Amino acid sequence: MLKVVTLMKNRRSSGIPLGVPTLTQKDFTTDQDPRWCPGCGDYSILAQTRRIMPELGIPRENIVFISGIGCSSRFPYYMNTYGFHTIHGRAPTIASGVKMANPDLSVWVITGDGDALSIGGNHFIHLMRRNFDLNVLLFNNRIYGLTKGQYSPTSEQGKSTKSSPFGSLETPFNPISLALSAGATFVARSLDTDPPHLRSIIKYAYEHKGTSFIEIYQNCNIFNDGTFFPYTKKETKADNTVFLEHGEPLIFGLESDKGIQLNNFQPEVTTVSNGTENLIVHDQYAENTTLANFLARMSDMPDMPHPIGIFRSVQHPCYEDLMTDQIASAKQQRGEGDLDALLHSGDTWIVE
Amino acid sequence: MRKQVEQIPAATVLFAGDSGDGSQTIGTQMTETSAMIGNDVATLPDYPAEIKAPAGSLAGVSGFQLHFSSETIHTPGDTCDVLVAMNPAALRVNLSKLKDNGILIVNSDNFAQKNLRLAGYADNPLEDGSLEKYQVFPVEMTRLNRDALEDAELDLSDKDQCKNFFALGMILWLYNRPMDYTIRWIKTKFAFKYPHLIEPNILTLRAGNIYCEATDQFATTYDVKPAKFSPGTYRNIAGNTSTVLGLVAAAHQSGLQLVYGSYPITPASDILHGLALYKNFGIVTMQMEDEIAAVGVAIGAAFSGSLGVTGSSGPGLALKSEAINLAMIAELPLVVCNIQRAGPSTGMPTKTEQADLLQMLYGRNGESPLPILAAARPIDCFDTVYEACRIAIKYRTPVIFLSELYIALGAEPWKIPDVADLPRIEPEFQTEIDGFEPYLRDPDTLARPWAKPGTLGLEHRIGGLEKSDITGNVSYDPENHEKMVEIRAEKVKRIANEIPPTEVFGAQEGKLLILGWGGTFGAIRTVVENRFAAGEPIGHVHLRFLNPFPSDLGDVLKRFKTILIPELNTGHLQQLIRSEYLIDAIGLNKVQGQPFHVFELESEVDNYIQN
Repeated sequence: MLKVVTLMKNRRSSGIPLGVPTLTQKDFTTDQDPRWCPGCGDYSILAQTRRIMPELGIPRENIVFISGIGCSSRFPYYMNTYGFHTIHGRAPTIASGVKMANPDLSVWVITGDGDALSIGGNHFIHLMRRNFDLNVLLFNNRIYGLTKGQYSPTSEQGKSTKSSPFGSLETPFNPISLALSAGATFVARSLDTDPPHLRSIIKYAYEHKGTSFIEIYQNCNIFNDGTFFPYTKKETKADNTVFLEHGEPLIFGLESDKGIQLNNFQPEVTTVSNGTENLIVHDQYAENTTLANFLARMSDMPDMPHPIGIFRSVQHPCYEDLMTDQIASAKQQRGEGDLDALLHSGDTWIVE
Repeated sequence: MRKQVEQIPAATVLFAGDSGDGSQTIGTQMTETSAMIGNDVATLPDYPAEIKAPAGSLAGVSGFQLHFSSETIHTPGDTCDVLVAMNPAALRVNLSKLKDNGILIVNSDNFAQKNLRLAGYADNPLEDGSLEKYQVFPVEMTRLNRDALEDAELDLSDKDQCKNFFALGMILWLYNRPMDYTIRWIKTKFAFKYPHLIEPNILTLRAGNIYCEATDQFATTYDVKPAKFSPGTYRNIAGNTSTVLGLVAAAHQSGLQLVYGSYPITPASDILHGLALYKNFGIVTMQMEDEIAAVGVAIGAAFSGSLGVTGSSGPGLALKSEAINLAMIAELPLVVCNIQRAGPSTGMPTKTEQADLLQMLYGRNGESPLPILAAARPIDCFDTVYEACRIAIKYRTPVIFLSELYIALGAEPWKIPDVADLPRIEPEFQTEIDGFEPYLRDPDTLARPWAKPGTLGLEHRIGGLEKSDITGNVSYDPENHEKMVEIRAEKVKRIANEIPPTEVFGAQEGKLLILGWGGTFGAIRTVVENRFAAGEPIGHVHLRFLNPFPSDLGDVLKRFKTILIPELNTGHLQQLIRSEYLIDAIGLNKVQGQPFHVFELESEVDNYIQN
């Protein structure tokens, strides 16, 4: 039996340890100029990541950004850390190897909706269930940008694009639902246009011990401009989103006048003036995923606000810790590997 | 009755029955015992992909051929002295391999109407005179086994499962071999999960032995004396086990952690199983969601400073090729084991072939040169995969290690090497910050620095986009691209500088050189040994390095009038030799999922020696 107690490491707190020189945003900037289109949501995500990194207090040489292919996946070239721009859809596999080989590293996977959910869909779900202590930032713009505008696995059904001139036929993936179903231990959503929120979510993701998944609504102003405007624009955001706070009832709206309650297992918008006692209270630490799944599915319902924030945050053992423990226990039981003894194992005979 | 003992130099025994009958088990046990008493051994397991095909069917026949000898041998034998057929299907599939006047032992209890029909026999071959040219021994093995286990507290089907050991008991008697090694193995094998099966299996093993001694059916036993080996400590080893130990040794000697990513596939899974046992060596094995993920974790581990290894067979290699190409341009050490099986597509997963050579050489987009090393025989897997690891680390490149089903599953005696004699492997991680550039190369090897994450001051980015020379930054510059393509090719070419001079066995010049690679070694060496001893001008060169070729290979080839290249494909090495050296190399090709028989090479050799 594995000693689960030792594996359930406490939530770590970020902050700069004493004696570590303070880094700034500039220290995380490389000499390579970003080559994203002007106005792209990726710039904001890059800026927030560079800004929050010094606050996390990780020695820069211990940070690794790993990406697949797509616009978002150019990200590692712009972070002055270790970085690996890999191949389409496979960043999760390479990140898993990096983390397993050196569990002390802080590993960040940068991916997009096509990279993570289409070509890399298989790796994505398996990454979620293995629960390595690493972070996944999925830039969701609901379109293929680098290949110049084909529908993606998160594009709404019926979307007209170059490759679907008469409308796409497929039901889109809901990345939050998918991550939850695959067993992810930290699942959150944020917005490219909300820097403070995005920074705080990145920080929470880092502090979470286990795989942290963040879906970021990101605008592609060239091929899919405005796809998330109802949730990101000042005028409409408050009425179309609900910000999740642990232990708080689901209340939203410009005047904070609307709430969400349960009616026959379905979410329903009600007015706060009717009383708040029936409103759903968020519990991000619930082991059971029923509530998290329920919240995740709200963004598929046309009349419901999109939840923003942390859907789920639970502590499970991490793959690399389980592996490290297995190795330690094997060494304890059988002794440190002796090559000569291994080569001579089994039946041997001596020729004089 | 007193039995007669006859001395013979060598013997070949083929155990055959339904898959699930335990032919592989008793074949392996007979091999272990023969090795332990000092014979040279060579084996050929031949089994279907289905775990348990319909009982009694031709498709379900599983066989294990063992050649043991008082002299040095290189193959499991073309034909058999003894065939043990547990049912009519096993007889029908394997009878052609039995020598005239060979010993045929059959479980006559299985020769009832239903099994005869399943095997396609209209009449019972035991009764219709069709087996006249063999010494036939019908034995009621099912009944005798049940009798022996009469008092055992097992249900009938469990009792019947033991009867393979009855057959083994007979064969051990026939060749005057002790039962001790098998008894010890049974005790260890069943100790934890099936302790109630230990006594019954030992009982029936003894019963088979006593049956031969007691009945008048068998009048002669055979003795095969120990072979001459050079002094040392030996063990019997199969190719895949040899590969496992080679990988463990390379990790151990380099001081690197081995991270092995894999996805189960025949016939490579044994490597995953084997490595998974050695956690006390700090070895990490990761069974991933697919072949791509398996190579992905190995590449990630390599980037992090571990010895990243992935293993598979042809179909898996097809899936991995894009990732291998990434490791090629990223110039990271990576070892890729391809245990070849018969293709194309799913092909014949449990049969042997050498038809992935060109896939390994050319099967990636763009200009993507990689070193390729192939093992020649089961014991050579250890040295070859060890060398693959050394090259990968020294030159910061993926290396393809080729093995094939025939040598992966085949076994032979191995003189255990002295750990102190293994070549040094130095990872030489970059730690110096001053002057560090991700693609600044060693002037001799052209290897780039291995700067692993976690090293202060060496933060850098790599990836699959073309690199600028020295800095490694993304570059679309036309001249730079051409230069990088040339540098990557030159780096692989320079590995030839450390390949030892080509060893020619037999004649050093003359009429015929047989040039081989991989598992054809045994058949070629047997023929060349025989012919050279008879004074014929014939030589043998067996290549471990298929890319790059040894620098002196062209000169060696020129010393012979004819170059004959036997391969279990349609002519992969032949094409390469022809194009590289403009020599009219002749191919001898076989793609039947089976290794070469010695006689197939013999008759081809005649064509070139006599003319």
